[in-house]
Amino acid sequence: MTIRFAPGVRLHHDIARERWVVMAPERMFVPDETALEVLRLVDGARDAEAIIDLLAAKFAAPRAVIATDVQAMLDDLVVKGALRA
Amino acid sequence: MNAPLALLAELTHRCPLHCPYCSNPMELTRASAELTTAEWARVFTEAARLGCLQVHLSGGEPTARRDIVEITAAAHAAGLYTNLITAGVLLDAALMASLVAAGLDHVQLSVQDADPAGAERIGGMKGAHARKEAAARIVRQAGLPLTLNAVVHRQNLQNLPLLIETALAWGAARLEVAHVQYYGWALENRDALLPTREQLDAATRLVDGARIAHRGRLVIDYVVPDYHATRPKPCMGGWGNRFLSVSPAGRVLPCHAAESIAGMEFANIRDTSLRDAWENSEAFNRFRGTAWMPAPCQGCENAERDWGGCRCQAFALTGDAAATDPACALSPHHNLLAEALGEAGALTFRYREFG
Repeated sequence: MTIRFAPGVRLHHDIARERWVVMAPERMFVPDETALEVLRLVDGARDAEAIIDLLAAKFAAPRAVIATDVQAMLDDLVVKGALRA
Repeated sequence: MNAPLALLAELTHRCPLHCPYCSNPMELTRASAELTTAEWARVFTEAARLGCLQVHLSGGEPTARRDIVEITAAAHAAGLYTNLITAGVLLDAALMASLVAAGLDHVQLSVQDADPAGAERIGGMKGAHARKEAAARIVRQAGLPLTLNAVVHRQNLQNLPLLIETALAWGAARLEVAHVQYYGWALENRDALLPTREQLDAATRLVDGARIAHRGRLVIDYVVPDYHATRPKPCMGGWGNRFLSVSPAGRVLPCHAAESIAGMEFANIRDTSLRDAWENSEAFNRFRGTAWMPAPCQGCENAERDWGGCRCQAFALTGDAAATDPACALSPHHNLLAEALGEAGALTFRYREFG
């Protein structure tokens, strides 16, 4: 299933504070480095598997390890209302 | 000093509704004194430069302004995430389309009750509830995310399960269940609005259950009432720390209720820049940080967690804006809350209106 940002949610470059924030309706949160890596790959076309493949390649890490972390993170962001699966 | 994250733009005090807990000040600003489109555009540009990321276009009813589309476009052009906080009764598909084209990101729609008759009695406007339902549909059809804001109190908490159903039925991805906060009009109507402990506990249980039941589908934000608390809320995330507000007449406020504190003077955007008001005005600096705090806040381990609670509430209840918020059990005035709860139970409202 493809992963996309929920309506009204997007990554935003906070120029004043030199960081990326997830902008959402009446909320914002600052993703940690790992979350930011994942969120940058959310383009509305990729599914979780594709995101895991890209990150496993990028960090030359065992796919199973990456998969566990990424899946947990995606689930959390879905519960927070930031992503839709 | 931190830079503000969000700006509350109170575009007007005009509103077709008359909610008895309205967060506007008792002394409402007339249309003739409101900032112009160009003045708001300047506020947004300055807010973004100062570090604001979001703007809440509020009121009164923001769509009561004929230039709401231009105002939204100006906020969007400044790079701000734009949120319209509306009662929805003036919204139609044509206006919605213009707002989307102007760059609107999100709509927060208020609802006074789940039961139309109750909603119309509380809001003081006939036919309002059906118009709100139509507004929700228009927002969703335009593809925008919707938050339903349900202000809850003694006279509508029995309908909280239906309010949650309403949020789902109307297509909201987010529901704010906000217990009334007691300033201004709400303080006037406190005896009619304060919930009982049993009502509060039942509401909290319901929200906890609904969060689990609708996980991934509906996010529920829950604002609890101070009057049953033992620790104060971290009001505004600290005075002059994260938020600022601009009133319809251009006054730059640390929070939207700050004008209720007698004797405070606020910079006006017509005379100064937003940055100057934020950094240098006496009003913003008076309660910034922790140095101003009296005992028992001074040295308290929670001082930078709850910031001594709410200055407006401290003033409203004790007459001293620098006092510890009586919502804190350590406040020498904490008994005032129990006394107010003991007196609650009135049925009739004093409706919000221009004086």
